[in-house]
Amino acid sequence: MLLATVATLATTAALAQDKPPIKVGFLEDQSGEIALLTLPKLRGAQLAVEEINKAGGIDGRQLELIAYDPQFDNAKFQEFTRRLIDSDEIDVLFAGATSASREAVRPIIDRTDIPYFYTNQYEGGVCDANMIGTGGLPEQQLSTLVPWMMEKYGKKVYTIAADYNFGQISAEWTRKLVEENGGEIVGEEMIPLGVSQFGQTIQNIQAAKPDWLMTLVVGNSQASFYEQAPAAGLKIPMGSSITIGLGFEHKRFKPPAMENMHVAMNWFEEVSSPDADAFKQRWRAKFPEETYINDMGQNAYAAVYLYKKLVEMAEGSTELADLRTQIATGQACIDAPEGQICIDPKSQHVSHRMWQVSVDAQHNVTVERSWDKVEPYWLGEVGCDLTQYDPKEQYTPSYLPEPQ
Amino acid sequence: MLQTISYLYQVADVFAFLVLAAAGLAIIFGMMGIINMAHGEFIAVGAYVTTYSYQAGAPLVLGILLGSAAAGLFGIALERTVVRRFYHRPIDSLVATWGISLIMTQGALLLFGSGAPGVGTPFGSVAVAGGSFSIYRLVLLLIAVLVLAGLYLVFMKTRFGVHARATMQNAAMARSLGVPVDRVYAATFGLGAALAGLAGGLYAPTMTLSPMMGGSFVIEAFVTVVAGGADVLVGTPPAAIVLAVIKATATSFYGQVYGVMGLLVAVCIVVRVLPDGFTGWMTRRST
Repeated sequence: MLLATVATLATTAALAQDKPPIKVGFLEDQSGEIALLTLPKLRGAQLAVEEINKAGGIDGRQLELIAYDPQFDNAKFQEFTRRLIDSDEIDVLFAGATSASREAVRPIIDRTDIPYFYTNQYEGGVCDANMIGTGGLPEQQLSTLVPWMMEKYGKKVYTIAADYNFGQISAEWTRKLVEENGGEIVGEEMIPLGVSQFGQTIQNIQAAKPDWLMTLVVGNSQASFYEQAPAAGLKIPMGSSITIGLGFEHKRFKPPAMENMHVAMNWFEEVSSPDADAFKQRWRAKFPEETYINDMGQNAYAAVYLYKKLVEMAEGSTELADLRTQIATGQACIDAPEGQICIDPKSQHVSHRMWQVSVDAQHNVTVERSWDKVEPYWLGEVGCDLTQYDPKEQYTPSYLPEPQ
Repeated sequence: MLQTISYLYQVADVFAFLVLAAAGLAIIFGMMGIINMAHGEFIAVGAYVTTYSYQAGAPLVLGILLGSAAAGLFGIALERTVVRRFYHRPIDSLVATWGISLIMTQGALLLFGSGAPGVGTPFGSVAVAGGSFSIYRLVLLLIAVLVLAGLYLVFMKTRFGVHARATMQNAAMARSLGVPVDRVYAATFGLGAALAGLAGGLYAPTMTLSPMMGGSFVIEAFVTVVAGGADVLVGTPPAAIVLAVIKATATSFYGQVYGVMGLLVAVCIVVRVLPDGFTGWMTRRST
């Protein structure tokens, strides 16, 4: 079905100018299992494009946002990626929330010289010169959260995770961090996407008696866990890399479903600073109906500005090679709503301003700790260096780069 | 002790889910032969009406009844306008109802957005032998049994039930005997849709509301109906019991992935061994 909606932003000013617009391909689910979470990405990109165009574009060129709806279908992600490359002739691609969709897109975009921004937090490890990863990573989210949870609540941990690459690899990270800190994984359960009934899982958790629970469930159906667990009397501290800031479950579920949830992430709408507050105001002026400006929205917004910065540093060139020359300087930084972010030349992922929050019984969010800058250090440490070599691989703690 | 209770509770929980998810489909697909790809959307109609009624101040029970009624009326309207053209054309009915399903999910997405605030599960939990169990899930089991009993009474003891069974067996003969066949078709389809809406309303408090939420019922519903065979009274209950035992056992030992696999493998075997499902097996035994 080609029910795709084409959302082309009017480029009124561009008509008068002779420079052609920069074509921005944009693929995020506008319908399907996770549309609730990914629609803010589209709106974040729309806001950024509108602001940039109003301010004169990038190097005098307007941005033209070409967005299709892949409907949570990885085959459509591939189909639309090809369409954006072949018929729309895009200059840059922003695509994919789930790791499955990213891995669907990557082999196609890797055969071109088009830069690809993946704006989602994820399980980390992609070492690919076409890709710039602007979301949170395990070393930014889990390495901060897991030791703190173990110290505060105990060393016995149970993990439930969505059964695809994101959940599997994030669970592997959790296992590694728990074991490194002298703890024990007392249970680990993978949940197929679309599962909505958690009765048995809840009892498995109760039987294993963990001190706390790592929840890496994904999508609307799986989020039902947060409703069913307290209803069955399971009240336990929880940690996650994707709830609250990304899934805003504290706004969607009736309190106290998310009580005692702890998350480390680079953005929560509750975070306040002059930049963050001004950003939230602009967003709500354009999209007054927004339930929650989530981490995906902020990341997508910031990524467009990061692209602008790179093109300006490259004196107007949109060529991948020229942008990468600028990335290699280590000076590709912008002031995002969250705070300053910089692209790491070795891994092409960004450093983040990080916050760790907890949720109380009334679903109030409290900042427990924050970090001014957490580097995306893991890939560089294990041997990914895109300034030297481009393997286009995804590495995990159990699958490391060969020494070069 | 706890393990036994826990296991029985799980089987009961899965059984209730399968029966409630499948009851409406068993009538529409099993009895009437319409491969209803919009079954999940009927469930979502029930869930949405229930949730919005509750948010507007109605008690949850009333909300669930309204949800079921709304889905039923919606089903009747669809039967009158679209579905009636597809009796005895099962493959065409698949395409038509799939189209309805797409229109409904995308329409709901435009109208309501992709999510809505939850209701919250009522009744809390009860502690038994060191474990704790949601009381609401036990209420769901009770309602599942009541639905089966109610269907038995409707189809076996009422005039409408006799008319419905006669119409599905031989519409021409039923018409010549004075049965208002058109109205019976509409009412039967409406009953199936209302049962789907009831499932949506009952599970709305325990789930995330979204236009696509019916999807998480559909596989289980079809699996149960296929394993159960054509007769909702004779086939669905044993199919639900067998599948519940298999799914609960696999999930409790190996986790959710194997629970889903176990369910699908089981239905493959059932269809191979019993082509008419449990209906065929039960009726063979009784004749």
